[in-house]
Amino acid sequence: MINSQGRMHSSYTQTYKIQGGNIYNAGKASTEIKKILKQLGIDSTIIRRVAIAAYEAEMNVVMYAKSAILTFEVTPTTIKIVVDDEGPGIPNIELAMREGYSTATPEMREMGFGAGMGLPNIKKNADNFKIDSIVGKGTKLLIEIYIN
Amino acid sequence: MKVSDIAEILKCEIYAGNSLLNNQILFGCASDLMSDVLAFSQSGAVLLTGLATVQTIQTADIADIKAVVIVRGKKPDAQVIKIAEEKNIPLLGTGYSMYEACGLLYNKGLKSTMVCDQQPRKNA
Repeated sequence: MINSQGRMHSSYTQTYKIQGGNIYNAGKASTEIKKILKQLGIDSTIIRRVAIAAYEAEMNVVMYAKSAILTFEVTPTTIKIVVDDEGPGIPNIELAMREGYSTATPEMREMGFGAGMGLPNIKKNADNFKIDSIVGKGTKLLIEIYIN
Repeated sequence: MKVSDIAEILKCEIYAGNSLLNNQILFGCASDLMSDVLAFSQSGAVLLTGLATVQTIQTADIADIKAVVIVRGKKPDAQVIKIAEEKNIPLLGTGYSMYEACGLLYNKGLKSTMVCDQQPRKNA
């Protein structure tokens, strides 16, 4: 997918299944994504933003949801991540987007997470961010980061 | 500053990354909250933390942290050391407290990486 000028000319898609409940599993998909972006020769500042957003999203799934499908797509202009989870959903998205607001358990906090920075930090690293949630069903995140 | 300089200043034990001690460290950051490391750090920093878990190394890898120093004399377990080796992240330990360790590195010229929106500016 990289031509002789080192530019991408097609798109790349990969999906990952994330299992909720085990915090030790978090980071597998984002590590993989980081590796792929490095191989594609994407700028390291952009890779870092994508990796952080993906990791925060993964962490949210392992902490709160049952499971999720993470879809990762790279086109010549955009890196897109969609995380569609099956879980409790978020009753008040506005509140969840506020820095410092968290419903994390003491166990999550002992692991250094659940400080209420996850969703705001995903938004901060994204060029385009959308969140939809249905209570009792799940939450869907769209994260887009532009390459140029 | 090199990782080896940090090891010397903080009288560190080196748990992983013996071959990476010449890596350059541009900034310092300190936190037990991995969420804050992800939100406020910059690439190329050393992370000082009291949290010696697998997720510390995972966070460091994601955030392009170039070395991790476990403070307060805590010892990482074998699994943490193994992951640090796999991810090529030097893992060190110091008996200093977080406050002292930060002070010693700052005093040697290692600046902060943490970019906080509410931070008071110098001469402000």
